[in-house]
This record gives sequence, C-alpha cells and structure tokens, in this order.
Amino acid sequence: MTPAAPLTASTAWQAPSRFALLLLALAAVLAFYPLYGEALFPGQHDYFLQKLTAIMILAMLAMSLDLLVGIGGMVSLGHAAFFGLGGYALALFGPEYEAANLWTTLPMTLGAVGLAALVIGALSIRTGGIYFIMITLAFGQMFYYVFNDADFAGGSDGTYIYVRPAVEVFGLKLVDLGDAVTFFYVVFAAMMGTYVFLRVLLASPFGKVLRGIGINPQRVRGVGYNPDAYKLVAFVIGAMLAGLAGYLSAAQFGFVNPSMMSWHHSGTVLVMVILGGLGTLHGAILGAFALEILHAVIEARTEHWLLVLGGLIIVMVLTLPKGIAGLLERLTSPRANRARTGHEDRGES
Amino acid sequence: MKTVAKADIRRMQHASKATPPAAEPVMRVEGLTKSFGGLTAVARVDLIVNAGEAHAVIGPNGAGKSTLVNLLTGHLKPSAGRILFGGRDIAGLPAHKVARLGIGRSYQKTNVFAPLTVWENVWLTGQTALPHAMRFLRPAHTHKAVRERVEEALELVGLTDRAHTPAAAMSHGEQRQLELAMVLATKPRFLALDEPMAGMGPEESEKVVDLLLELRKTYPVLLVEHDMDAVFSIAHTLTVMVNGRVLESGPVEQVRESKAVQDAYLGDGDEDY
Repeated sequence: MTPAAPLTASTAWQAPSRFALLLLALAAVLAFYPLYGEALFPGQHDYFLQKLTAIMILAMLAMSLDLLVGIGGMVSLGHAAFFGLGGYALALFGPEYEAANLWTTLPMTLGAVGLAALVIGALSIRTGGIYFIMITLAFGQMFYYVFNDADFAGGSDGTYIYVRPAVEVFGLKLVDLGDAVTFFYVVFAAMMGTYVFLRVLLASPFGKVLRGIGINPQRVRGVGYNPDAYKLVAFVIGAMLAGLAGYLSAAQFGFVNPSMMSWHHSGTVLVMVILGGLGTLHGAILGAFALEILHAVIEARTEHWLLVLGGLIIVMVLTLPKGIAGLLERLTSPRANRARTGHEDRGES
Repeated sequence: MKTVAKADIRRMQHASKATPPAAEPVMRVEGLTKSFGGLTAVARVDLIVNAGEAHAVIGPNGAGKSTLVNLLTGHLKPSAGRILFGGRDIAGLPAHKVARLGIGRSYQKTNVFAPLTVWENVWLTGQTALPHAMRFLRPAHTHKAVRERVEEALELVGLTDRAHTPAAAMSHGEQRQLELAMVLATKPRFLALDEPMAGMGPEESEKVVDLLLELRKTYPVLLVEHDMDAVFSIAHTLTVMVNGRVLESGPVEQVRESKAVQDAYLGDGDEDY
C-alpha cells in the first residue's frame, strides 16, 4: 500500500519511513544469513539455509498471488497450479540426466505457464466473487489430476530433476546453482527482483487501474477501462511469477509432484497473503516467513501442531485486520494517533 | 400546453434537420425503452440535448430517471431505441466504450474509491488522457498530461488542498464534489449527472449549483435532480418523466407552466420526497 513515490507535484526526496527501514533491516538479516548462520546455529545451519531458500520461493509465490487477490480483487484458489506447472516445465523441458540450460528452459517455462494462464484466465475472468473462486479451484484441481494420472510426468509419485539447471554463457559457468549458498542468493535476488518488479508495476498506469478494479470494477468500467482486459493481463503476470517460483522450487528440491498444484497449497499461500496483509506485497513476504516459521517451530514441539497453528492463524486474522505488515507499520509509526491512517497520511508529511 | 410543448420539440427537431450538421444536437435519444421482465422502466423516451444546453430530467421516485442515465452511459443495455451521440448510435455499447466517447457520468449513490486518496481517485479517471493503461513500467505520476487534468479538476471543484485525504475520511458533501472532479478529469464532451446534490446540505448544494452553472458554459449537461430550485436555476430545458414515460419536455418555463405536469408532479410533488 505504500506508494514508492508520492503522487504529489513535489518530487523532492523523502526520508524513508521507519517501517521501510525496518523492512530493509529484515531483508539485511536475511541476506547475511549465510555469513552468520553457521555460528548461530551450529549443526543446523545447512538445514536452515535450505529452509530459508524454500520460504523465499514461497514468498515469491505469495507476492504473485497478492497481485491477484490483494490488488486486483481476484481471489484464486487455483494459483498453485501455475507454481506446479513451472516446476513440471523444468522437469519436462530439461534433459533427464544432464543440467538443463536455464537460458532455454526458463523462458520456455514462463511461456508455457503464461499460455496456460491466458486460457484459464480468459475462461474465468468474467466471473466474479465466489464464482471466480470456484472456477479457479476447478481448473487447479484439473491440472492436479492431469499430472497425477500422467505417466510421462511420473503420475502421483512425481518426477526427479537429477541436476540443477546450469547458468552458462558460451560454455562458461556463471553461477553454480548446485551450491546451496549460491542458490540461496539466486533465490534472494529473484525474490527481491519480484518485489521491485511488482512495485514498479503498481506505480504504473496499469497498476493504478488494477488497484481501482480491486476496489470497484464497475466504477473503473464507467471511467473507460475494460476491467476484464486488465484483470486478464494481471492474471497472466501473476501466473508467470508463480511459474518462476515453481521453477526455482523444482530446481531446489530436484523433485516435482502433483501436490505442488493441489488446492491445499493454493489455500496455504492464500493464508500467507492474508496473514501478512493483503495488497501490500511486503505483507506477502512477511506472511510466508511467519507461517512457515510458526509451522516449523510448533511442529517441533507438539504433534497437534495443526490445531495450534490453526488457532493462531484465526487469532491473528481476527486481531490484525491489516495483517502483520499493518501491525509492524503501526508499531513503527512515529505517533500513536497516526496509527489508524497508516500509510495514507504519508503524502501530507 | 402539452401539445404546445410537443409541437415545440417537433419544431426543434425540424429546425435541426434543416440546418447544417453543426446544429445536430449533441445527444438525441429516440424511442429508448428498457424492460426488466414484465416491468418497463423506461418506455419509448425521446430526448434532445443541444450543444451549450443543460437539460434536466425530473420525476418522482421510480420514474426511470436513473435507468435512463444507466442506458445513456452503457451501464444498461436498452431493449429498444437509439441513442445518437455526435451522430453515432451508441445504444448497446459497453460502458467503458461509451465513457471513451466522451460521456462522463456521476453516480446517484456516491461511488468513489474509498480507500484511495482524493488525488488517487481523480488520477485514476484522469489517466484516461492516455488511450489505454496497458503501460507497465513507466511510473504513472510522470505522465504530465494526466497530472494537468487532475490538478485542473481538483481546482474546479475546490478540493486541491484535500488532495491527500483518503476519500473514506471525507464528508458526504466532499465525496460528492470528488465524484464531480472524477468526471471532469476524464475531459468529457458531455456530462450525465445523476443527482449530484443528493444528500447534501444547503450550503454544499449551493456550491455545487454554482459549479454546475459554470460547467454548463463548457459542457452539454444532462442533469437528473430532485432539488427543484437547483433544476430551475441550472436547466435550460426540462423533461418530466413519470412511470418511465416522458410526460412533458421543452424549455423550462414552458414545462413549468404545463397543466399536465402541475397535476401529475409539481403540484403535489412534495409527497414524492
């Protein structure tokens, strides 16, 4: 919700808010983890490194869903299908026992996911509200069962990717994705890149219209924009980002299976977005980290972790209407009485 | 009186046909009809709005005034009839295309983007300065043409110093003003205003009346309004609708004097509020 640049006539540089500084600090804590992780968590460092990488991938997926749900007002329960499709695309487009070439497989993956999203979007965008939820759920499950029953993709067992994709220029290995720390940084860069890309998108004329559609599509139509066209483009962009996350996830674990696509997964990511704070993008990242870390911590302590986690989520959603992002923004807000309006009053200061 | 008024319209129509195309009315509605199942909300309505003219549509609740506006702006699809705007039949075009042709509308029920600031609200409509918004990378605020429209529209309605207030935090009257700024920022060629003064206090209404008196110099206006004082001070011509039909139409003074209108509407009109 925090516009990167104020829309006022003044283009003067504004000091970043305390909230923005906090987010930067959190990003730094994450970015330097490979340097201090060993000292802080001896013995568990490798596992944590892998876990954090996986969470960052989920954060990318959550941001891509936030574009649809939080900005465009399209509540999709089939978003994980594009994540899974991205993973399967890497498995199927790449050679079986050699490293896939990133320069060819990644564009092919994004193209395939984009095409699928274009078809699914064109068929579902016209519906709204509960019908959109149902139709995306149905498409998601359709993909799930197609890959669940497909022999070429290993059926319900899924399929392996034995070697991580190679990033080469003229046969020269640029980065070694096989190295866990390198892969961590590649995913970190992808996550930050996704965030910046979406921020830029939201500040563009397209982003303004999409946010308007999320609030009141009929009003936007009355002004002269066809909401369906803008929603479809957003749907395809969101799906392609989800596909990118799926590609990275498949590369990380060297394994894809249909559960990547299941509606449980779509639902979990939706919880991350809502928990973090809808429509803020950084909320999606915070939500992904919060949910996954809570999950890991509670699971390690009790076998009834689902019950405890579920209860916690309910309490958080009920007490934090603007999610974790809203809470942090309020806590870092200079004056208590500013808490209510939060970001809105920034333009005046 | 009724026949006189009809003859008058006929004379106007003939006059416009006889003169060169420049005198063609900005909007000409012919036989416009809208049925919802068995209910005919708008029945064979004829209407003319000429350049430089403010045309008011009045009538009791349920007369079909809002339905008429919705038909003219593409929010509803007519069952029959033609809507000639600038000589082109726009009946049945979707709302976003009608808006792009230059028909700007305001809504009876305040219809602003509540979570957004005043500036953001007007920006969204002013952005129609660009032929489309499929522009993804360049920041919106660097589009100078849009900025100028937004500043101008806010200036016109007097909301410039409220630019960074969230719409939700404004009074009802201010939201109505914002609504008007949003229409003006689209640089329309025609204004269709659905009760712009609905729910306003007397002072706020007065401000809007002044604004409309100013606007009618630039824009042809179709005004649906309950406030009779406002209608009589703003409108040049007047259409009275009852039960989806046109009861009377013509210059304000003429319609005002009409026996049929006085019997059916103006005379005991107070009961309708």
